[in-house]
Amino acid sequence: MVESTADRRDVEGMGSDWTFDTLNHFEQAIARIAAEYRLDTYPNQIEVITSEQMMDAYASVGMPVGYHHWSFGKQFLSVEQAYRRGRMGLAYELVINSNPCIAYLMEENTLMMQILVMAHACYGHNSFFKGNYLFRTWTDATAIVDYLVFARRYVSQCEEKYGVDAVEQLLDACHALQNHGVDRYKRPSPISAGDEIKRQEERETYLQAQVNALWTTIPHSAHGESHCPVGEGGSLSPEGEFQFPSEPQENLLYFIEKNAPLLAPWQREVVRIVRKMAQYFYPQRQTQVMNEGWATFWHYTIMNRLYDDGLIGEGIILEFLQSHTSVVAQPAFDSPYYNGINPYALGFAMFTDIKRICEAPTDEDRYWFPEMAGSDWLDTFHFAMANFKDESFVQQFLSPRVIRELKLFAILDDDQDEMIEVAAIHDDRGYRRVREALSAQYSLSQREPNIQVWQADVRGDRSLTLRHQVHKRRPLDHSVYPVLRYLHQLWGFTVKLDSMEDDEVVHRYQWPLAEEAGSS
Amino acid sequence: MSYFIDRRANGRHKSAINRQRFLQRYRKHIKRAVEDSVNQRSITDMKRGEKITIPDRDISEPVFRHGRGGENTVVSPGNREFTEGDRIRRPSGGGSGGDGSGEGAASNQGDGVDEFAFTLTQEEFLDFVFDGLELPHLERKQLVDIDEVRPVRAGISRDGIPARMNVVRSMREAYARRIAMRAPLKRALKEAEALLELEREKDPVLRNPARIAELEEEIQRLEKRIAGVPYIDTYDLRYNNMANQPMPSNKAVMFCVMDVSGSMTQAHKDIAKRFFLLLYLFLERNYERIELVFIRHHTAAKEVDEQEFFYSRETGGTIVSSALNLLDEVIEARYPPGQWNLYVAQASDGDNWDDDSTTCRQLLTDRLMQRLQYFAYVEITPHAHQALWDEYKKVEDAFPGRFAMEQIVEAGDIYSVFRELFRHREAV
Repeated sequence: MVESTADRRDVEGMGSDWTFDTLNHFEQAIARIAAEYRLDTYPNQIEVITSEQMMDAYASVGMPVGYHHWSFGKQFLSVEQAYRRGRMGLAYELVINSNPCIAYLMEENTLMMQILVMAHACYGHNSFFKGNYLFRTWTDATAIVDYLVFARRYVSQCEEKYGVDAVEQLLDACHALQNHGVDRYKRPSPISAGDEIKRQEERETYLQAQVNALWTTIPHSAHGESHCPVGEGGSLSPEGEFQFPSEPQENLLYFIEKNAPLLAPWQREVVRIVRKMAQYFYPQRQTQVMNEGWATFWHYTIMNRLYDDGLIGEGIILEFLQSHTSVVAQPAFDSPYYNGINPYALGFAMFTDIKRICEAPTDEDRYWFPEMAGSDWLDTFHFAMANFKDESFVQQFLSPRVIRELKLFAILDDDQDEMIEVAAIHDDRGYRRVREALSAQYSLSQREPNIQVWQADVRGDRSLTLRHQVHKRRPLDHSVYPVLRYLHQLWGFTVKLDSMEDDEVVHRYQWPLAEEAGSS
Repeated sequence: MSYFIDRRANGRHKSAINRQRFLQRYRKHIKRAVEDSVNQRSITDMKRGEKITIPDRDISEPVFRHGRGGENTVVSPGNREFTEGDRIRRPSGGGSGGDGSGEGAASNQGDGVDEFAFTLTQEEFLDFVFDGLELPHLERKQLVDIDEVRPVRAGISRDGIPARMNVVRSMREAYARRIAMRAPLKRALKEAEALLELEREKDPVLRNPARIAELEEEIQRLEKRIAGVPYIDTYDLRYNNMANQPMPSNKAVMFCVMDVSGSMTQAHKDIAKRFFLLLYLFLERNYERIELVFIRHHTAAKEVDEQEFFYSRETGGTIVSSALNLLDEVIEARYPPGQWNLYVAQASDGDNWDDDSTTCRQLLTDRLMQRLQYFAYVEITPHAHQALWDEYKKVEDAFPGRFAMEQIVEAGDIYSVFRELFRHREAV
């Protein structure tokens, strides 16, 4: 083990093998540096695992425990295939948003990689999880592992009681809707395993009672008394028609869980579990660039500090730079290696540039970021990390300089035009438009179709109608049919989906398919 | 605050269940892929896993998403020559239009991932190959006609070879014997010592020196005898006893019989070889030990090695009974049915000397079938059947379940014919 005051030659002698002593030593050094930069983290639980265990961890999409489902097996097989072919190298991202924050170190890694992963995951991502407003709002880091354990046990109990196939079908259906399992504008209640188990049974009976009230076959009198479901979720439209739900619902899974007429209580509980998972992953889907950029910036800064302080030698820093460079590489759009914008590259470039703007602003920066130029960079950093998501982060902080460096350009592809058009490039006229377009590209509301529950015909044929608000004439993919089939499986009656352009129906989907016309 | 946990010793197959669920769910697809692969594989490499590809659309997990079309703005990096307002022909193929996830962009490099590929382990592969198949008459040989024995422990005995000595038991015996043999001597010794003491404490006048000398001599004698009791003796030795127990045979021999007359082309032989190979793999999963005997014949039969069996060419006519006769001799000489499970696979194109086919039937019914577990005959011919087939049909009728025959027309049939021969049959 190396003393922190050891001179660099000793460090050089260490080679690339690691021991728990050296890991501890570097972890402490990193913690010291991180504290200087005010990185506030959850405690770290750093687990050393083998490569096979790493594949397992990858396959369960980073959940330390998960219920069983074939889709995770599919994930595992493709990870395994990639790993065997030697395509998978990076094990940076396997860090779990929990308290304590669980991060994985692969035993095969060199000492450099272990230090890098600790800096990246245990201090970069970890502080992001703790600080970013989306994570603070949507996830409860202290409860997630307990909840996962609860979910796994509940699902396997259901498998024993109702059969693996029944549970699998239900999970398939729920997974198809999981991107629509979040209330975007409400703060969700925190999830906790203890309460969950306690409340689960009462919820079953209560829920079922509510559903029964809604679906009672005897219509209530039109001037519904207070105990009538109209008071709870329905309303009378101006024309006097009964409308349920009274307002469109964007959280499809929640709506199903509470209102689907034919689900058994255990099925509602499983729907709820998938919904809670979706909620847990919701912030991650919206903060990829920021999260990776933040973590990459900090591993870069911390590694350089370790070198400057004489804690690591030339060998390690060179090995690090080689690895870091490939992580933040951004191939051009026409390169055979191009696979979209690399969130590590964009995020790292943006954070690095924020620091530069604070410390050494040019006239351009003063024009574009009058408040930021010359401010304390660390304050600005923490402000940016805490209060934004990818969409708003790009909107707010993407500087002309980064646009120039990455040579970003926007292409307008309109299917009514036989040519595609370059809408903006990295020049004075284009910066703003590139920035807006890129911001929109990260906006979840534009990436995913806007689909809401419009009406459940509780008085009539019990069909469920969804509405899709068409944006820029973009149609739904053919996958709409299989998804509707799953929705139909959950709802139990006909499911309709109207694509609306303004107030006009432009396309109507239905499952089961309407009999008279094989409308597709 | 941070702490490290070493999890390397923990289980590593956390995903095993999910993997099995996946394989289970896509059984049909995987089976189809396995079948194709069995029929195409070269013979030597049956014993490895298999890369399976399944069309992506079959296993996709659908979600609501945007399709192609409408108005999309896509930001991409790496602009070199474009300026604002440039109009470009829409790239043909994949990537245009954006896929709504901000990737895809204006390049058409959308590396079409429309196949999901993964690798089955060898074990999983063979599971799929032999799924639903079973060996007929796998019930082990009756104990009566079995000369195969296995030594099992049968308590402790006094005789045995040093290698089987039971040390603990032997030492315990020795200990008991030592106690038993020394006890009376020790008692006598104590008495003598007490007497001696008594004698010595007497008044010097009354002491009897002769008595003292006598007692001292007695004590010496007793001490010598006590010391003379052996620490361990041959009587003490105990041995683990082994008894021979008859056991069901776990050995099988597979006879490959093939016609190599002029009418059998290399293509025919290849088909036959694949068939033999499948059978071999199948038997191998059921028996601990498998021996192979290759018999080839034209007008005369000969036992040969594998290489010669498959690759040397002969011409001439065909007398099938010659092979069956040789088979009979080999069984007689080397594979007593009491010890071996006997399987025969015969491949031929159906040609035979006309009057020989009857001989074949007689040989089978009278001599061979009683001793065989199973006889599988495949006829590789696109043509009409000849006398041999008809005669064999009669054998099949006489020994249902033990004798099976099928026709193979081309290589693609092998697997299905194999499956047909070994299809799991409900217990009759």
